[in-house]
Amino acid sequence: MSKKEIDDVTGTQTTGHEWDGIKELDTPMPKWWLGLFYLCIVWAIGYWVLYPAWPGITGYTRGLLNHSLRDEVTANVTALKQARAGQEAALGKASLAEIQRNPDLLQFAMAQGRMLFGDNCVPCHGAGGQGAPGYPNLNDDVWLWGGTLADIQHTITVGVRADHANTRQSQMPAFGRDGIIKEQQVDDLAAYVLHLSGRDANPRAVDRAKVLFTENCAACHGPGGKGSREMGAPDLTDNETLYGSSLAAVRDQIWNGHNGVMPSWSGRLTPEEIKALAVYVHNLGGGD
Amino acid sequence: MQAQVSESPWRFDHYFVPLVIVLGLLAALFEAAWSHDPRMVAQAWIFGACMAITGAWYLWMYVGRTPKDESQPYADDVVRAGVIASMFWGIAGMLVGVIIALQLSFPHLFYLPDQAWTNFGRLRPLHTSAVIFAFGGNVLIATSFYVVQRTCRARLWGGSLSWLVFWGYNAFIVLAGTGYLLGISQSREYAEPEWYADIWLTIVWVCYLLVFMGTLWKRREPHIYVANWFYLAFIITIAILHIVNNLAVPVSLLETQSYSLFSGVQDALTQWWYGHNAVAFYLTVPFLAIMYYFIPKRAERPVYSYRLSILHFWSLTFIYIWAGPHHLLYTALPDWAQTLGMTFSIILWMPSWGGMINGMMTLSGAWDKLRTDPVLRMMVVSVAFYGMATFEGPVMSIKAVNALSHYTNWTVGHVHSGALGWVAYISFGAIYCLVPWLWKKKLYSNAMVEWHFWLSALGIVLYITSMWVAGIMQGLMWRAYNDFGFLEYAFVEVVEAMHPYYIIRALGGLLFLAGTLLMAFNLWKTIRSGSPAAAPAPAPVPAVEAA
Repeated sequence: MSKKEIDDVTGTQTTGHEWDGIKELDTPMPKWWLGLFYLCIVWAIGYWVLYPAWPGITGYTRGLLNHSLRDEVTANVTALKQARAGQEAALGKASLAEIQRNPDLLQFAMAQGRMLFGDNCVPCHGAGGQGAPGYPNLNDDVWLWGGTLADIQHTITVGVRADHANTRQSQMPAFGRDGIIKEQQVDDLAAYVLHLSGRDANPRAVDRAKVLFTENCAACHGPGGKGSREMGAPDLTDNETLYGSSLAAVRDQIWNGHNGVMPSWSGRLTPEEIKALAVYVHNLGGGD
Repeated sequence: MQAQVSESPWRFDHYFVPLVIVLGLLAALFEAAWSHDPRMVAQAWIFGACMAITGAWYLWMYVGRTPKDESQPYADDVVRAGVIASMFWGIAGMLVGVIIALQLSFPHLFYLPDQAWTNFGRLRPLHTSAVIFAFGGNVLIATSFYVVQRTCRARLWGGSLSWLVFWGYNAFIVLAGTGYLLGISQSREYAEPEWYADIWLTIVWVCYLLVFMGTLWKRREPHIYVANWFYLAFIITIAILHIVNNLAVPVSLLETQSYSLFSGVQDALTQWWYGHNAVAFYLTVPFLAIMYYFIPKRAERPVYSYRLSILHFWSLTFIYIWAGPHHLLYTALPDWAQTLGMTFSIILWMPSWGGMINGMMTLSGAWDKLRTDPVLRMMVVSVAFYGMATFEGPVMSIKAVNALSHYTNWTVGHVHSGALGWVAYISFGAIYCLVPWLWKKKLYSNAMVEWHFWLSALGIVLYITSMWVAGIMQGLMWRAYNDFGFLEYAFVEVVEAMHPYYIIRALGGLLFLAGTLLMAFNLWKTIRSGSPAAAPAPAPVPAVEAA
């Protein structure tokens, strides 16, 4: 039956079993391996003695250190709140202008604002606040609703076309899609808007559109197309556009009247946080 | 032998297998006819087609004749089918892996909002299931059928039942994969298929267990070889894990959706008890079985230590089952459960390394073969990766380390050092052995195996190192605070920082896929045009005669 033999290479005895030509040596377990195995077990037992480990019927072994992850988190959060308490209180009391003047407060507000901006604003406005088509660039001095500290604070608080009772509200009609004016007139107006920024446009179309502009656009954008921050109507003369500056993009905006939405943050961020965020956005470079 | 087959008038498999196929077909037709859920109807037609193909195959094979394979001492046709399916699913799964790696690198590249099935969220489980369950699963079924017959000197038990395992398992894969693309998922990682697919897999898996146990039962060797302990532990434990984690109540028998029996933290713990033991009993234990057969066979050396194999088998199976909670450190999971998960993961270190030692040291006296035999080298390197990953795992389960590594790409890198380095490499090694043995041909090109080895090795290195760097950087950036205790980086800034590493990772995956394609070509040429093997694998010699 089975035959134990000595393996020539290792000098170790086989177990005498064989399967499909495979034999097994009867090598003892490596000492270092057994040693490390025991060491890991001893370490684990030590850990069980010190920390919560084994469940019972009505509870679990708490361990000599009486450690609790929940307590640890609570302690960490409390410590952080205490460390920030002074500056947070000062930020709450100070006016926006005072924050801007006080270097310590400004530094604190900027640090907090940067974090808030990253968590809440970046998905639409971009990591550097550079914006994207339909989402305003916050680095430049073009502001739809005003670029002073107070304006920015208000916009963040109430949002634009949001669910806040006092939200910023403006409505660009879909002149083409809703049939307010004819297709040819939309084309003419697009040419006129380009002309307002001093760009090349079909002169005959521009001529035709003069009356159209006065009748349909001037109420919000002003007779000269300079826009109005009170009404959230963009300046059409600065060659800065939200939805693209090509003739096709301008025509598309007149035709469809895109109206973007910015959420109101008053329910999601504290007034102090909105303050810090307003200071941060103002200091991105374009604040008035 | 031949006489025996034709003499036995009644065989249960001749009734049982067609019965299962017909019931499967009827269930599919029932769903297709009555369900109002278009996705369920689609799934029903897909499954019905799978059953129709299986049924047609059964009629062709068994009605009015006895397959030639049944007169052979061993059932090898089903192993051949498993090898072919492994290569097919391997390439498919790795290709999807490269695609989703590119999606992460260049989100706009495959951004097709109208084609929901191309979304990362659907392709990701397609990738994981295709490589783990389709590629890995077919490798395991094929190798276990091959090994259990040789080491028991017995033909597979159950006649055509082993074919039901093969077809049924692959039907499950198709059902699961197409389900993901249709947006069907129960949102449990590595257990995404919904209730109906789970039930089907349970039926198939019980058949698998029966075939394996039956073969062990009628073995003509006095002892059960170590590889079979590992295969059996795999089949039994996966059955338990699969059933418990998938306990759910369907909304209705005509809808795809179901609700888990567990909720809250119990649900999370059940899922990760399952999830980690899928790693243990699917991606580790049975691949150790492959190691225990194919390395000594290829190296023509005895297994290093019988005693070590006993101790590391029992310690591995006993301790692994506790390690799941380390996936839920710093969560709502009670402190005591977190402690047990972490400490048992540490204790697991040496039991894992026991397998590595036994695989590596089997090479004693045959180390020179690593220079000339790239197949053996691939398997030995896989054991080295196994050792590395099973050291990294316990380290990552330490709370302080986990606080940094959890949710980062480090985890992804860790998984792939195990998946590519260990699981795929040992599988490739086994298949490179099996194809010449099964088809009795000489391997078409050894040079191509060398190329495969080096291409994929470079791919693994690029993959793992880029994910280490990315993961540790990600963890450090997430926890960076400024002087006022505010986070230093926004989430999106961390995503931006990952970009170059994602590209390197995709490149690594591409190299790995290229190696697999080369392998498939090599094997295809071997089967189609390879020269007959000079000396076929030694025929099993009864122990009595050898003595």
